[in-house]
Amino acid sequence: MQLYDMPDQRGHFGPFGGIFVAETLVEALEELRLMYEKYRHDPDFLAEFAYDLKHFVGRPSPIYHAKRLSDKIGGAQIYLKREDLNHTGAHKVNNTIGQALLAKRMGKPRVIAETGAGQHGVATATIAARLGLECVVYMGAEDVKRQAPNVFRMKLLGATVVPVESGSKTLKDALNEAMRDWVTNISDTFYIIGTVAGPHPYPMMVRDFQAVIGVEAKRQMQEMLGRQPDAVIACVGGGSNAMGIFYPYIDVPNVRLIGVEAAGHGIETGLHAAPLTANSPIGVLHGNRTYLMQDEDGNIIETHSVSAGLDYPGVGPEHAWLKDIHRAEYVAITDDEAMQAFHNLCRTEGIIPALESSHALAYAEKMAKSMSPDQVILVNLSGRGDKDINTVAKLANITL
Amino acid sequence: MSRIKTVFGELKGQGKKALIPYITAGDPHPEQTVPLMHAMVDAGADMIELGVPFSDPMADGPVIQRASERALVHKMGLRKVLAMVTQFRETDQTTPIILMGYANPIEAMGTAAFVQAAKAAGVDGVLTVDYPPEECEKFNQQLTAAAMDSIFLLSPTTEPARTDLIIQQATGFLYYVSLKGVTGAANLDIVEVSKRVAEIRARTDLPVGVGFGVKDAATAKAVAAIADAVVVGSRMVLTIEQSAADTLLPNIQALITELRVAIDAA
Repeated sequence: MQLYDMPDQRGHFGPFGGIFVAETLVEALEELRLMYEKYRHDPDFLAEFAYDLKHFVGRPSPIYHAKRLSDKIGGAQIYLKREDLNHTGAHKVNNTIGQALLAKRMGKPRVIAETGAGQHGVATATIAARLGLECVVYMGAEDVKRQAPNVFRMKLLGATVVPVESGSKTLKDALNEAMRDWVTNISDTFYIIGTVAGPHPYPMMVRDFQAVIGVEAKRQMQEMLGRQPDAVIACVGGGSNAMGIFYPYIDVPNVRLIGVEAAGHGIETGLHAAPLTANSPIGVLHGNRTYLMQDEDGNIIETHSVSAGLDYPGVGPEHAWLKDIHRAEYVAITDDEAMQAFHNLCRTEGIIPALESSHALAYAEKMAKSMSPDQVILVNLSGRGDKDINTVAKLANITL
Repeated sequence: MSRIKTVFGELKGQGKKALIPYITAGDPHPEQTVPLMHAMVDAGADMIELGVPFSDPMADGPVIQRASERALVHKMGLRKVLAMVTQFRETDQTTPIILMGYANPIEAMGTAAFVQAAKAAGVDGVLTVDYPPEECEKFNQQLTAAAMDSIFLLSPTTEPARTDLIIQQATGFLYYVSLKGVTGAANLDIVEVSKRVAEIRARTDLPVGVGFGVKDAATAKAVAAIADAVVVGSRMVLTIEQSAADTLLPNIQALITELRVAIDAA
């Protein structure tokens, strides 16, 4: 039995979460909340979701013992939950399928999404093509330039990509713009949010759709080792892959849950994207209350990470709650440390990890050293790194 | 009695409707905000809605977002906005001022500290766009205790039961958003707005203002015929954006005069 029972009816995780939106969005969120309540335990809906996860995504994703990496590091055994092997190359697709199936049930012919690096945009465009839904993706103009291959991928899949020129022209501005589209086109449009943030019911709904990661992992670890890992490690930007693998473990005693934020150039430099580790103040953004990187006037400040998927000034409200109740620990890894872990996995295991996931790998390496060889760390390898090769090449001054 | 209530009472006695222009504090430059406020009052504005700049104005359209960005270049924060209100009150003790903005700058200052400072500065009402009534009970109580009004939005999609919930929490006036969208979006449908305003009126004695789609004298006149107040935002900000420094005040005064004439003719 699951003892942990969050959030409340209005999406509160203790003081975090909630519904902080303009009145123009309230009814749309209420409609979504009611429809999700209706379908989240509906056998037909769940069967349809499970079918697509199996036949379209290729689930269950395997768990792999990174033996050579573990030997090289010395200490605990490192296991990888292979979300990088999913169709579209990351965990994002689990959630977009869930939400798109809900959109279909709600009779909405048009879906919109925000995207940073483009992974959530690609995952949304993919399922929209599969279900025959119109798809519009908002992407910061800066990100459109930096992530040209993903922009083209979305277009190939039939989506319209709208570059967002306002604010810092990155993920948070794309989210603002998607909200504006939604409020204007509420009657025929479903907004597919890509992470465990936004107003209720999004943080809960995205968590539930991503929880397939943790549910599988628990079963697989039992089958492989007859036990659960000593620690589960995942990277945290908004925090959807981490929430997905953490959630089924919240009630399991003696499993440490560790979220790894992006320390960028270092927490002390201010150039990072680690609101939990840096003890940022609590604030309200994008419809929920959470820890938030902001200046003394309450304006959101620009973040930095080598990994676009972690480059977000806030964090999902449930992570804020898990931090406060000490059920999960949050740490940060710098750009340089993540790059080192990226190369380590490439060379020792023949797996090119996403730069986001490389943050989780880097912390696993640090931690493993102080543990014994009979202990087990499970890392959520949330995505593959093919999308990052241009970034990596540029850092090494190599022109592809 | 609050300044907002007093002004609505006086206007009712004269058979007139309120003109409430919106500008973003610090746009185009912090030194111009207080002169702009006085100029608007001189030209016929009844109250002023003063926007608090925010980095992520989710409910606003591109015009008002650009105003926030211009103001933020000058590090225009909530404390500085309150200092402007203090300065405005040095020579104007009667025109109501409503602060419009987002929750985060208020929470960053602390709600209690904000309410105290806003009261001392001479603010009359606060409209916090992303504070629905369920999420701001304590803040509302603090405003009420300081005798400031809590202004709430009602939208075309707000259901009747929810309208009642909002009315219970609202003081000063209700602000009806005339369209589905962000500030400054498409043209409003006056027949639909008229129907909705009538429905709201049947539920409350509070004055009802209409905004989000008032673009010119014609829409201002149409709205004045059915509502107690006409709120004009994006059009004001657009005029500020398009004016050179030396034509700013005359252009704004000309716009207010035009709107005033249209509203009084309704």
